[in-house]
Amino acid sequence: MNEQVNLKIDNLSVSVDAGTTILAAARKVNIRIPTLCHHEDLCVAGNCRVCVVEQVGVDRLQPACAIPVSEGMEIHTNTMKVRNARKQIIELLISEHRAECTTCYKNGKCELQQLSNEYIVGENGFIPLVPLKGYTIDEFSPSIIKDDSKCIRCQRCVRTCDQIQSIGALTVAHKGGEMKVSTFFDKPMYEVVCTNCGQCVNRCPTGALTEKTYINDVWKAIDNPDKYVVVQTAPAVRIALGEALDMDPGEIVTGKMVAALRRLGFNAVLDTDWSADLTIIEEGNELLQRLKRVLKDKDPNVKIPMTTSCSPGWIKYIEHTFPDFLEHLSTAKSPQQMFGALAKTFYANKIGVDPASMVSVSVMPCTAKKFEANRPEMHASGYQDVDFVVTTRELAMMIKQAGIDFLSLPDDDFDSIMGESSGASVIFGATGGVMEAALRTVYEVVTGREIPFDGLNVMPVRGMENVREATIKIEGALPEWDFLEGVEVKTCVAHGLSNAKKVMESVKNGASDYHFIEIMACPGGCLGGGGQPLPTSPEIRQKRADAIYREDAGKKIRKSHENPEIVQIYEEFLVEPLGHKSHELLHTSYSPRNRY
Amino acid sequence: MKEGLKRLDLIFKNEHDCEVILEKSLERSNDELIEDLISSGLKGRGGAGFPTGLKWKLSAEAEGKEKYVICNADEGEPGTFKDREILSSVPHKVLTGMAICGRIIGSQKGFIYLRGEYKFLIPELQKVIDGFHELLDKLDLNFRVEIFVGAGAYICGEETALFESMEGHRGEPRNKPPFPTDAGYRNGPTVINNVETLAHTYSILKYGPEKFKDLGVKDSRGSKVFSVSGDTPIPGIYELEFGMTLQKFVDDFGDGDAKAVQVGGAAGFCVPRKKFDKTVIGYKGKLTGTSLPTGGSMMIFNSSRSMYNVLHNYLDFFVEESCGQCTPCRVGTQQLLLGIEAVKRGDKSSQYLEELLELAETMRVTAKCGLGQSVANSFSSIVENFREEMIY
Repeated sequence: MNEQVNLKIDNLSVSVDAGTTILAAARKVNIRIPTLCHHEDLCVAGNCRVCVVEQVGVDRLQPACAIPVSEGMEIHTNTMKVRNARKQIIELLISEHRAECTTCYKNGKCELQQLSNEYIVGENGFIPLVPLKGYTIDEFSPSIIKDDSKCIRCQRCVRTCDQIQSIGALTVAHKGGEMKVSTFFDKPMYEVVCTNCGQCVNRCPTGALTEKTYINDVWKAIDNPDKYVVVQTAPAVRIALGEALDMDPGEIVTGKMVAALRRLGFNAVLDTDWSADLTIIEEGNELLQRLKRVLKDKDPNVKIPMTTSCSPGWIKYIEHTFPDFLEHLSTAKSPQQMFGALAKTFYANKIGVDPASMVSVSVMPCTAKKFEANRPEMHASGYQDVDFVVTTRELAMMIKQAGIDFLSLPDDDFDSIMGESSGASVIFGATGGVMEAALRTVYEVVTGREIPFDGLNVMPVRGMENVREATIKIEGALPEWDFLEGVEVKTCVAHGLSNAKKVMESVKNGASDYHFIEIMACPGGCLGGGGQPLPTSPEIRQKRADAIYREDAGKKIRKSHENPEIVQIYEEFLVEPLGHKSHELLHTSYSPRNRY
Repeated sequence: MKEGLKRLDLIFKNEHDCEVILEKSLERSNDELIEDLISSGLKGRGGAGFPTGLKWKLSAEAEGKEKYVICNADEGEPGTFKDREILSSVPHKVLTGMAICGRIIGSQKGFIYLRGEYKFLIPELQKVIDGFHELLDKLDLNFRVEIFVGAGAYICGEETALFESMEGHRGEPRNKPPFPTDAGYRNGPTVINNVETLAHTYSILKYGPEKFKDLGVKDSRGSKVFSVSGDTPIPGIYELEFGMTLQKFVDDFGDGDAKAVQVGGAAGFCVPRKKFDKTVIGYKGKLTGTSLPTGGSMMIFNSSRSMYNVLHNYLDFFVEESCGQCTPCRVGTQQLLLGIEAVKRGDKSSQYLEELLELAETMRVTAKCGLGQSVANSFSSIVENFREEMIY
C-alpha cells in the first residue's frame, strides 16, 4: 500500500496517496476546483493559474493541479482571496480572447465560456487585447482551423502534439505579450508536419482549434434534387455519437444513427463497416502474399513487417517521419476510401445512378479523414471518391439542426448492398481491432480452422496498453500455405503516434522481428479520434471500447470473410482479392514528405 | 566626501591565494564547511535571499547520480551590473566557491550560465578557468567548469527557466516543487548561486564565518555589492555594509535632489523621499521599519524625472520579457501597461488605478515564478507613492 498523506480541504479530512495533487485530493471529496490547462491525458503545466487555492501558512496562492499534498496541509478553495484571484485570471483570459461566443463553433462547449458563466456577471473587465494583435485565421487545411485570436495559451495542444503524438507540429513561439502557439516558421498547418489527427482539437478548451466543417456542403447536396447522396458511417461513430446528444459514454446507437441519417435526407445509408470487412480481405491476402514472397520465395524486394494503412493520421506521419519505410505500409486503402471508390463505380452502376450526380459523404470519428478524402490519389472512380467528410460531432450538430429527437428514434437498418457488416469490422474502431479482425480471417484462410481463441476473442491484442505484442503459432496449415506451418506470426499493436514512433524506431534499427503491425494515430484507436464528441479522457475511451466489443459479441457474423455482401461483391464485381479491379480501386500508393 | 558609508573591499580585493584556500578547505570535513557557511549568515545575492549554507546542505543530502553546481551569471535585472565586474576582476574567487561546493555536494560538474550580452567576457574567463582546472588537477579534485551562454532572455535568470534553457528547451520556469536542490539541471540535485554569492563564499572560507558575520545587521549579514545608477554624480559599483538606511545611501550617492530610489531593479521597490530614513537595506527580517531585499541595483531619480515614464519603461520591459507561459504574468503585464496609458490619456478614470493595484496583487500571489510575482513590487510602490504623476 502506498504511503498515505492526511490533509484538510475546506475543513474536510482527506487521506490520499503520497504524490497526489491538491486537485485530485479535492475531487476525491467532491470539491470542484476549476481548471483550464489541466487535462487528464497530459502532464502538469500549471500555467493558466485558474486552479489556485489558499494554503494555510503560505502567503501566495498555490496551483492545485501542480502541487502535491503534504502531511497536515490545510487548503481552502473558496476564500475571498481565492475567488478574487480566480475571477481576475478569468477576466485576463477573456481580455486576450476573441469572445464572439454566439457565432463560435465551440459555443456551449467552450471551457472558458463555462468559467465565465460562473465567475463573471455583467462586468467590464480589462482592456480587450485582441484588436491590438492583428490576428489571421489559418483555414487552409482541409481538416483543422487554427484561430489564434481565441487561443488562451494553455498549451494543451502543444503538450498533446508533443507527448501523445511525438510530432511537435504545434509549439510555443515568441515571449511575453507576443507569445503564441505556432508552427514551424509560422507556416499554415497544412504545410507543416501536422498529421491532421485532431487530438489538439479534442483538447483545446476554446474555439482556437476546431475541425473544418463541411455541414453546409452536405446540406446543399441533400437539398439538391439532382444529386444522389450516399452516406457511410465509420465503426467508431455509432458508439460515441450518443455522447454528443445527451447520452452517457458507452451507449451503442447504431440503429438510431441509421434512422437519423435517413431522416436527414440521405438517399442511401450505408456502412463503412462493410468496407472494413473488405479491407480485411484485401489486406489479409496482401499480408499472406508478402509472407509467401519473403518466407518461401526469399524475395528481397518485399518488405515485412507489413503495417496497417487505415489511419490517415498515421499515413501522413510515416510519410513525414519514416519516408524510407513506405514500402512497409499495406497498399490497401482505408475503409473510407475503398467505400468511396466502390460507391461511384459498383454501387452507382448497381442502382443505376450516374456517378457524376452522386455525392459521397462519410461520417468519421476523425479529422484526418477530411485530408485523406482530398488526397489527389483518391480519384479511382474517375471522380473524387469521397466528397465530404463530417465528424461524429458534426453529425450530432446536423441532427440537432434538423430538429430530430434522437433519443426517441426507433432503430433502423442500413441499406443494402454495402450495408451489411461483421463483428470483425466493428472492432476496427478500437486499438487492436484491425489486428484481431485480420487474424480471425488470416488464420482461417491458412488453416481452414477458426482461430483458437475462446469466442473468437483475441484478447492479447485488446486493451489500452501503449504497445502490445502477440504471437500466434500456425499449426495444421493447408497445403497451399505449408511454408507457414509452425511459424510463429509476430504481431504488434500501437496507438497514439508517440507509440508508433517507438515501434517504427525498433523496426528501423532492426530490433523487431514482427510480421504484422497495426498502428492507429489516436489514443485508443478511432474511438479516441480527433472528430469524436468532447470531452475525452482515459475513462471515456475505455467505455467506448467496451461498447465496441459488446457490439462485436452481439453480431451474428463475426468474421469478415463470412459477410455475405463481401462474398457477393467478389462474385459480382471484384472477382478475387488483390485482383485487377482491386488494384485499380482498392489499393493506393504513398509519397515521402519533408519534415520541414 | 563627508563622513559617509563605509566602503568595503572584500569582494574586489585582489587576492591570489585560491590554492591555499582550496588546500585548507579540502582538509576540512563537508559538515564543518557547511556549518561555517550557515553560521556566517550568507544569503543569496541574486535577489531571493535564500540562505546559502542551507542550499548546499540540502543538495548534499539529496540523492542523485549526477549533481551540478551552477553559477548564475545571467545578470539581466535592469540597473544591475555588478556580476560582470566580479567575473572580470575576481573570477577565481567564484571558481573556488564552485569547486568547494562541488566537493561538498558531490558534484564534478559546474557551469557558469553567462548572459548572452556578456559574451565578450569569455576569452579572459576561459583562460582563468583553464588555469583553475590545472590547479584542481594538482589538488586531485575532480571538478570541471564549463561556460554556457544564454541567448538574452531575462526570464532565463530564473533558476528553473535557466535549467530549461541549458537543456535546450524554451526558457520557461518549472513548477516548484521539486526545488533545484532536489531536481534541477537534468533533474539532478543542483546548487545554483549568483556570482556574488559564490565570491562571498571565498571570503568566508578564507577569513572564517565570524568576520563575515561581524558585518551587517541581524538577518542581513556581510557586505553587498551595489550597482549605483541614475541621478548620481558617482555611478558605479560599490561594496557596502548591509543595514544602512536609504537616507544615508542617498546622502552619499544622490545629487542632492533625489525624489525616489528604485531598489532592486525593475523587479524591486520604489521608495519615495519621505520614506528614505525609515527604509533599511537588507533582507526581510525583524528590523524596525521597512527593509528591502536586493540584488544590488540602486537607481536614483531626481525631481526632473517623471515616475509615470519610469513605470511605463519597467512595464514595457516586463511585457516583453515575461515568458508568456502563465496567465497572470503574460496578460497581467499587458493590462497594467495599457491600463496606466488609458488613465493617463483619460480613457479610464483614476479609479481604474485601484483595479490595476488589485490586479498587481493577484499577479503577486498567483504568478508562476518570481518575474510575474515581483511586477507588483514596482507597480504598486510607484502607483501608490506617485499617484498624481500617473493621472496628470
